[in-house]
Amino acid sequence: MTHPPSVRPAPQRGPEQPPAPAAAPVPPQPSARAAALGRLRGAATTEPGRLQIIGAVLALLVLAFGAVTAFEISGRAASADDVVERSQPLSADAAGIYRSLADADAAAASGFLAGPQEPRAVHEQYVKDIEEASRLLVKAAANTDAATTSGREITTLNEGLPRYAGLIERARAANRQGLPLGGAYLRYANQQMSGELLPAAERLYKAETGRLDGDHRSARAWPWFSLGAGVVALAVLVWAQRRDHRRTNRVFNHGLVAATAAAAVLLLWLAVGHTVARADLAEADSHGQRSMDVLNRARIDSLKARADENLTVIARGAVLTADGKNDKYETDYTAGMKALGEELAAAAELADDTGDAEGGKPVAAASEAVKEWQERHRTARKTDDSGDYESALEQIIGQENSTGESFKKVDDALRDALAHEQDDFTRAARDGRGALGGLPVGAAVLAVLGAVAAVVGINRRLSEFR
Amino acid sequence: MTARNPGTGRGRLRRLRGWGGVTAMAAACAVTASLTLLPLSHPGDDVFGPQVTGPGAAHAQQARADACTDPEASLRPGEVDGDAVRKIKERGKLIAGVDQNSFQWGFRNPESGDLEGFDIDLVRAIAKDILGDGGKVIFRAIPTNQRIAALENDKVDVVVRTMTINCARLEQVSFSTAYFQAGQQVLAAKEDHSITGFNSTLDGKRVCTAEGSTAYEALEKESFGSVFKDEHDGTAADEDRLTVPNQLDCLVRLQLGEVDAVVTDNALAAGQAAQDPAVELKGDPFTTEYYGVATKKGADDLVARVNKVLVDYRAGGADSLWMKSYREWLEDGLPGIEAPPAPKYRD
Repeated sequence: MTHPPSVRPAPQRGPEQPPAPAAAPVPPQPSARAAALGRLRGAATTEPGRLQIIGAVLALLVLAFGAVTAFEISGRAASADDVVERSQPLSADAAGIYRSLADADAAAASGFLAGPQEPRAVHEQYVKDIEEASRLLVKAAANTDAATTSGREITTLNEGLPRYAGLIERARAANRQGLPLGGAYLRYANQQMSGELLPAAERLYKAETGRLDGDHRSARAWPWFSLGAGVVALAVLVWAQRRDHRRTNRVFNHGLVAATAAAAVLLLWLAVGHTVARADLAEADSHGQRSMDVLNRARIDSLKARADENLTVIARGAVLTADGKNDKYETDYTAGMKALGEELAAAAELADDTGDAEGGKPVAAASEAVKEWQERHRTARKTDDSGDYESALEQIIGQENSTGESFKKVDDALRDALAHEQDDFTRAARDGRGALGGLPVGAAVLAVLGAVAAVVGINRRLSEFR
Repeated sequence: MTARNPGTGRGRLRRLRGWGGVTAMAAACAVTASLTLLPLSHPGDDVFGPQVTGPGAAHAQQARADACTDPEASLRPGEVDGDAVRKIKERGKLIAGVDQNSFQWGFRNPESGDLEGFDIDLVRAIAKDILGDGGKVIFRAIPTNQRIAALENDKVDVVVRTMTINCARLEQVSFSTAYFQAGQQVLAAKEDHSITGFNSTLDGKRVCTAEGSTAYEALEKESFGSVFKDEHDGTAADEDRLTVPNQLDCLVRLQLGEVDAVVTDNALAAGQAAQDPAVELKGDPFTTEYYGVATKKGADDLVARVNKVLVDYRAGGADSLWMKSYREWLEDGLPGIEAPPAPKYRD
């Protein structure tokens, strides 16, 4: 029993132990290393010496397996934790900034259309959106290095937002006085929004979602080193027992069996735990994140289309596409609605593929509402083109049977769909993180136990020679 | 192809006439030649049906091309229903292309949601004469650079949208007699004494104009060293900073300090000044322009009819409909006008 104490503290007191042998041979005489090698060579020629070497190697392999596993899985768990606690919330916040800005623009245009006295609810919505965007920007800035791409986008947004809000206030003031200048200001504000702010918000969202994907990938990467170390440790343990069996004809060495069991349990835990975590995280990605991404884009496209629809009525042909043939806002509306339809189809497909009937419902509702919206839009355009401005206005911003009502249905359905996917995501990602929980500590404990058992087993054999 | 053949025949006819008249001036020949080539190169020309491009229309075009030294001269007033007037009567509505962003000319009153202004009054007078009811109008807001295309594509019957009569436009549309005299003028902040008008004081200044407007063309001819073009004009990346979709956008840029001056019709500029007491017209108008009611080219019956409406509209001295409308919308911004411009006729 002289060996275990010298081996056992090794993992815990590693830093203290090695300096002694390292310091001893180097300064005094260079021949000390040769002497040690000689002793080792001498030991290898005798069976007890060989057993000592085997015991040390076994203990080291098992400890290494445990250490590599603890290290690798800690990394995976940290990434999984980042996914749940940091990068996904940041990505959701970026989507929130993007959405608030687009919503503010749509609300500003709706309020403007209603006349000099905009409806209270519409103005409150606008104010809420601007506040929400500002709040999320402050939060995002606190979590982002200013020198990164995301940091620069946040700066752009922080600079552009007050400017945009200023233009909107000028538009409102002019509109209240009955001056057509208000419409010109509103169009200019929209130009800033769709030309500078929304693209910056989109880039921010993409960067944050990219970061999330990165964390996802690193959490899901196979722990090859741990698995390899486990297989090697187990193989050497089996070899040692076969060797023991051949020499002594004993079937079991209890210590080595225990060490093998510990290593096998750890390997199994590692494989199963990580597989489960991978599966959960993959589900979080496929059920939650990918759906959320497509739904976020759908929601923003619906908001942009709504703003364009309002601006078509406000500008009435004052702004044309670059080729000068068509109304810019009507063209943008059509393109936005087309993108929205495609995104909803993709979301429905994702819900279908993953068997998520619950998630498919709001998406189907949104698709229905989009169809209704397009139908009503056509009617409203026809009314407007026939010169009946009042009726057209009612068909667009009225309370009932208006495109505004359809838009609200789309928005509500998409909000529900997003909430559902967010739940799915958080649940699956938490499960994934949970599957890795305890594994690093377990790996350390099992490795130490296995190493001790191996040394004990070898010592029993060794004692037979004394 | 069928639509083009009459065009070629028309051209041949016209060329024959041009050569036949030995005394015709060389300039007239050049105008005629360009007129001949234009319909051939212009794909939108297909909308000219054969009935419109008959010999009569060719004759009218020829007459106008020869008379382009005096573009304001129009057809004599008349009340004979041709295709154009008949179409309006069958529809029961007059479709008028107007602006809705020109304060006091054509703008939507945010309070009532109605279109109002000097141009709008005139449209209603035309509808009243043709259809017996000034309310039977479909207003279509059209942008500046769509005025001609809207007529060519039959989207509107008439364009009453502060549209300047000139020779270039006469090649594409027909005009009524002048209903307003205006001129290009510079608008800038009252405080800005460094700009005194359309002259060298514009050197180095950023000047805003509406895309495709007379003002832009004037600056292209003589910019006095001013900056008036966006880097990506006419492309999808157009910044819309100096050349903007609508003249009113220039006032936005001016108020925000993004441009130093605006060049536009003084009539429109007066509408801008009426919305912002801190800006004023600088110097004198440097052009004389007349606004006319535009119709599709060759719609002579409609032109004659509008000219008849204008005769009635001008009649009555200080109590004329014209003066009433002027006093209601324009007098504040453009004081001192005592009478409408006198009509000019080609014969």
